[in-house]
Amino acid sequence: MNRTVRRVVVLAGVSAGVIAARRIATRQEGDGAAGQVPDRWHTVTVNRPHEEVAPGGRLPDPLAGLGDAVEVRLRSAPGGRGTELAARLRDGAPAGAAEAVARAAGSDPRQDLRAALRQSKQLLETGEVLSPDEPSTTRRTLRSLPLELATRRAGGEGRL
Amino acid sequence: MKALVWEGVNELAVTSVPDPRILNRQDAILKVSLSSVCGSDLHQISGYIPFMRAGDVIGHEFMGEIVEVGPDVARHRVGDRVVVCSVIACGRCWYCEQGLFSLCDNGNTNPAITETLWGYHPAGIFGYSHAMGGFKGSHAEYVRLPFADQIAFPVPDGVDDMTALFASDSAPTGWMGADLGGVRPGDVVAVWGCGAVGQMAARAAMLLGAERVIAIDRYGYRLEMTEREVGCEVLDYERTDVDAELRERTGGRGPDVCIEAVGLEAHTPGLRYRFEQAKQQLRLETDRPHAVRQAILSCRKGGSVFVLGVFSALVDKFPLGAVMNKGLTLRAAQQHGERYIPMLLDRMAKGELKTAHLATHPMPLDEGPVGYDLFKNKRDGCVRSVFHPSA
Repeated sequence: MNRTVRRVVVLAGVSAGVIAARRIATRQEGDGAAGQVPDRWHTVTVNRPHEEVAPGGRLPDPLAGLGDAVEVRLRSAPGGRGTELAARLRDGAPAGAAEAVARAAGSDPRQDLRAALRQSKQLLETGEVLSPDEPSTTRRTLRSLPLELATRRAGGEGRL
Repeated sequence: MKALVWEGVNELAVTSVPDPRILNRQDAILKVSLSSVCGSDLHQISGYIPFMRAGDVIGHEFMGEIVEVGPDVARHRVGDRVVVCSVIACGRCWYCEQGLFSLCDNGNTNPAITETLWGYHPAGIFGYSHAMGGFKGSHAEYVRLPFADQIAFPVPDGVDDMTALFASDSAPTGWMGADLGGVRPGDVVAVWGCGAVGQMAARAAMLLGAERVIAIDRYGYRLEMTEREVGCEVLDYERTDVDAELRERTGGRGPDVCIEAVGLEAHTPGLRYRFEQAKQQLRLETDRPHAVRQAILSCRKGGSVFVLGVFSALVDKFPLGAVMNKGLTLRAAQQHGERYIPMLLDRMAKGELKTAHLATHPMPLDEGPVGYDLFKNKRDGCVRSVFHPSA
């Protein structure tokens, strides 16, 4: 299979997958709240004492920016490792096919939550949020599209 | 500016890319004086670590001159001659405070990729794929230094550029293998690989008091260089049974500490090499771990094995039974360079640690693809090609 044919096959496969996922998601959205599940706690440990993480009860800006959409919990980490900063979505998170579509589209609210936790930790520990190099690359190629998508979502995805 | 970029599997080119700029208050911009190839670059170039994008600037072992600083950079000024750690670490998270800089929580801007692969993400690394943050590499005229106060170190006046260059990655990586491998006075240490990192690991073991150090490779010129410049014993694994030779040289006990400095493209003697290659190409395993297997099997009971070579994911026929039943300690890491670089620069200044001999092929950056060809194919006695981006 030459390179051009391979690219077309990969693109067709990705397109078919997205269309199928959208159809399933649309069906589930029509079924009401079937695509939602309660969110679990997402947690980072910040290498700072409790009083620096939320002075006067004030949350770090990235988390505060999510407003009432999230619940936040703080507790001291064992062994003097700082403060465990946890947050979860109040209204639940998309599940199943709806989750897959939301994650690919960048609209899963957990992505904003994970990014806010990571940014809060960085701000508290280092004083700023580390920016990726720009531009991220000098040449876009079809083959690197999946990696480009993964990179674009990398701050809000992962196991956090 | 001019830079050496990855264009595709086994395709490199010198081309023009945008100049770096200050993006964070703690950034600095470095004018690169010297930038070395590294064996781990080959894994990216060959596509074994599939997180590269066309146009990515490679290179992570470098030194140069600070030409611009962000407003929150306190330890460096324009004009400072510095060597830069290949690992981008914040210096203030819990891992950095423990000296485990390559595990930094805040140095990788793409945490999800490696969290998905490995469970948690390590630090960022210059020019080392988007899995490690997608930071531009050092084979360029200029490079942005995030967390500049934490990762750049002034070079003492008595240390020349070519010597200091290897304090960026090879020397601290080798030192870490000996240090965290637990080398103690009187130990017998075996090191797999006589490239720059293997030579530095062997030298570190000697400086930490090892009584005998035995370095293993198959290239005569590397074995001769190691014997001459490092001053340890050497073994050619194509001419002898390494396991039997190590037993014989250690009174039947086996080495106390075994340091692997080879990585995921290990060569295996005989037909097994083709078998390992076939498995890797078919993705039945992502990495070829022959040297790690041999280190584990050769190590004495209760000994220590440290994996310095870079591995990406999965290996086949890993001798976990030997690790368990012989009571081995197995450790590994990307280098925690910030922990060692000041001490290494001091040792370089005192003449205890020689490194300049590693730069067998200095050349202008324009010849970058040729430099990698020499290095990858071990042509012309190449140990390291070193580029002068400003030449």
